[in-house]
Amino acid sequence: MQFWIVQSLNSLAMGGLLFLLSAGFSLIFGLLRIPNLAHGALFMLGAYFGATLLASHMNFWLAALVSGLGVGLIGVVLEAVLLRRLAGNEQGQVLVTLGVAFIIADLCLLTWGGDPMPLGAPRALRPPVFIGGFAFPGYRLVVLGFALVCALLLWLLLERTRLGAMIRAGVDDREMARSVGIPVSRLFSAVFFLGAFLAGVGGVVGGPILSAYPGLDADMLPLALVVVILGGVGSLPGALVGSFIVGGIYNFGSALFPDFAYVVLFLPMVVVLVIKPTGLFGRVLR
Amino acid sequence: MALSRRLLVQSGLGAATVALTGTVARADEPIRIGFLTVKTGPLAAGGIQMEQGMNLFLKLRGNKLAGRDVQLIVADTAGSPATTRTKAQELVERDKVHVLIGPLAAFEALAIADYVNTQKMPTLGVAAADDTTQRSASPWYARATASAGQCAHAIAHYAATELKYKRMTIIGDDFAYGHEQNAAFLRVFEDNGGKVVQKLWPPLNAPDYGTYVSQIKNNVDAVFMSFAGSNGFRFTKAFFEYGLGGKIPLIGGMTAMDEAILQQTGEDAVGIVSANWYSAAYDNPANKEFVAGMQRDYKIDPGYYAAGPAVAGAVLEAGMKALGGRFDDREALMKAMRTAVITDSVRGPVKFDDRGNAIGNIYIRKVEKKGGKNVNTVIKTYPDVSQFWTYAEAEFLAKPVYSRDYPPAKNLEN
Repeated sequence: MQFWIVQSLNSLAMGGLLFLLSAGFSLIFGLLRIPNLAHGALFMLGAYFGATLLASHMNFWLAALVSGLGVGLIGVVLEAVLLRRLAGNEQGQVLVTLGVAFIIADLCLLTWGGDPMPLGAPRALRPPVFIGGFAFPGYRLVVLGFALVCALLLWLLLERTRLGAMIRAGVDDREMARSVGIPVSRLFSAVFFLGAFLAGVGGVVGGPILSAYPGLDADMLPLALVVVILGGVGSLPGALVGSFIVGGIYNFGSALFPDFAYVVLFLPMVVVLVIKPTGLFGRVLR
Repeated sequence: MALSRRLLVQSGLGAATVALTGTVARADEPIRIGFLTVKTGPLAAGGIQMEQGMNLFLKLRGNKLAGRDVQLIVADTAGSPATTRTKAQELVERDKVHVLIGPLAAFEALAIADYVNTQKMPTLGVAAADDTTQRSASPWYARATASAGQCAHAIAHYAATELKYKRMTIIGDDFAYGHEQNAAFLRVFEDNGGKVVQKLWPPLNAPDYGTYVSQIKNNVDAVFMSFAGSNGFRFTKAFFEYGLGGKIPLIGGMTAMDEAILQQTGEDAVGIVSANWYSAAYDNPANKEFVAGMQRDYKIDPGYYAAGPAVAGAVLEAGMKALGGRFDDREALMKAMRTAVITDSVRGPVKFDDRGNAIGNIYIRKVEKKGGKNVNTVIKTYPDVSQFWTYAEAEFLAKPVYSRDYPPAKNLEN
C-alpha cells in the first residue's frame, strides 16, 4: 500500500516538474511549428542562474522570477536574431536551435565549471512531511502545487485574454491569423519569451530536485519531447495531462519493470502516435 | 652506376622506415605526451580536472621528467569514441607523441584499444573498465589508477567485517562502470557472510532519483552506491530528501563521494564511507604538495580525476629514469613503466601486475567536516590491493567479467 501511495505522489510531483518544463516547449512548438531543441539548455540556464542567485542569498521565489526573466530575454533575442532570419526554413530553424543548445551548454560549462551546483529549497519547505507514518519530501508537493497554479494562470492567459486568443489563432491556423491582421511575428517574440521564461522558472523551481549540472539539458529535452508529442503539440491541457502521464509512467515503470526503464518512457509515445498521430489533445495544424 | 642507384634506393627506404616509425629521437628532443581528455560536453567536469592535474604535475616537476623536457599535447575527445579515435590518430601520427595518457571514459578507451596495439603506442590509461587489464589486457596499456571492481572489493570487505552489515541494498548507474562496481561488491560482501537483498539500477541519465530512493527496503543495514559524475551527489540529496539519511547508513564506491562533488553535497555527505585508491586527505609529501598546488592554482581539492594523471605522470617518470632519461624505444619504455615500483606518488606506493593494472593501497575514507569543509579522511588502508582482490588470478579470469547479472545475486528478497 505504501508503495502505491509513495509512487503515486512521486508521479504527481514529477508530473508537476515536467509541466513546468514542457508548457513553454509546447507553446513554441505549436506556434512556430518547430521543436525548440534549445529548450533543455534554457531550462539548464535557468537552474544555473538560480543557483548563482541563491548563492548570494536571494529569496528563492524572487530568484526564480529573475532567472525566468533573464532566460526569457535570451529567448527573445534568440528568436529575433536567429530564427526570424530563417523564417519559412523550418529545417534550418530546428538545426539552429540545436546549435544554440550546444553553445549554451558549453558556455554554462565555461562559466560555472563542470561540478554540479546545488539549489536549496526554501528552508521552511525542506523537511519531509509524514503521511500515514512514512516520509515524503515536502518540497515536491510544493512543486506540484506551483505547477498547478502555473497551469491555471496560463489557461487564463490563453483563454481569457486578447493575447491568448491571438496565440490560439496562430497555433490553429497561422496563415488565417496573419490574414485577419494578427501581428504574427510580434506574437512569435511574445511566445518565445513566455516559453523561455517558463523554462527559466522551471529550472529554478525544479532545481532543489534536479540541481544544476552539465548534461541537465540533455536529460530534460527528451522528456519535454515525449510530453508534448504525447499530449499534442501546442495544447496546454495536452502538456498538463501529458506531464502527469509521463511522470506516472516513469515512476511506476521504473519501479515495476526496472529492466525496461529506458523503453518504458517511449513506448506509450509510440502507441499514442500510432493511434492518434496528433497526440491526445492535439489538432491538425495548418 | 647501377650499384650506386641501388644504394640510393636502399638508403632512401631506410630513411622512410625511420620517418614512419618515428623512433629516432634527437638527444635534446622533448618527450611528447599525448593527453586525451574531455573538455566539452557532459563528461567535461572530470576531463577538465584531469587536465588540471596533469598540468600541475608537470609544473611541480619544472616541466622536466628524468632530466628531459616535456611537451604536453592536449586533445579534446568530447566524450565521443569516434572523436577519441581520430584524436589519438592525430597525436600519434601527426604530433608523433611518445606516450599517450588517457582517455577518461571506458568507451573511449575501448575505441582506441586496437589502434594502440597496432601502433605499439605506450598508453597509460585512467578509465576503469575491468577487462582492459583483465581478459583483454594489452602489452601496450597500463592503468595506474584502478579497475572498477578494485575499490568495490575493498569496501565490501570493510562493510562485512568491520561495519558488520548483514543485509544490504546496492544501487548504481545502469552501465558497465556501475555494473562492475556493484558486482565486485556483491561477490566480496557475500563471500564474507553478507547478503545483498536488493539491487537497483537507475538509468545513467535518470532525471530524478525519488522513485528509486522510495523503493529502498526500510529494513536493510546499509545501502551501497556506485555512481559516476554528479549522480552520487544527486542520489545522496534525494536519499536525504526522502528522510532516509541518518536512518540507513549510506556507503559508496570509487567516485560516489569524489572530491569533485564533496563540498556541494554539504551536510548530507558527512559520515559517508567510501573506497578509493586516492584521497585528497591522504598524508604523504607528494600528495601534500599536489593538493596545495591544486588549491592554489585551481581553487579545488583534487579527486579521482585530477589525481589519475598525476599518478600516470609518476609512472612515466619512473620508466624514463630506469632508462636513463631515454624514451625512444617504445618497447623498452613500456616495459620500464610496467616494471617500475613507485614509492611516493600522490596515491602512495604503486606497481603493476602482469596485466598492467595497478597494485596499490585502497583507502577507506569517511567524510568529515574539518575547518568548515568536507574532507575524505582515511580511516583504513588496505595495502597492495590487486584487481583480483584475494582471489587467484587464473580462477578470477576463468569466470565471466563482472556485469549486471554476474555474479548472480542469490539472496534477493521481493
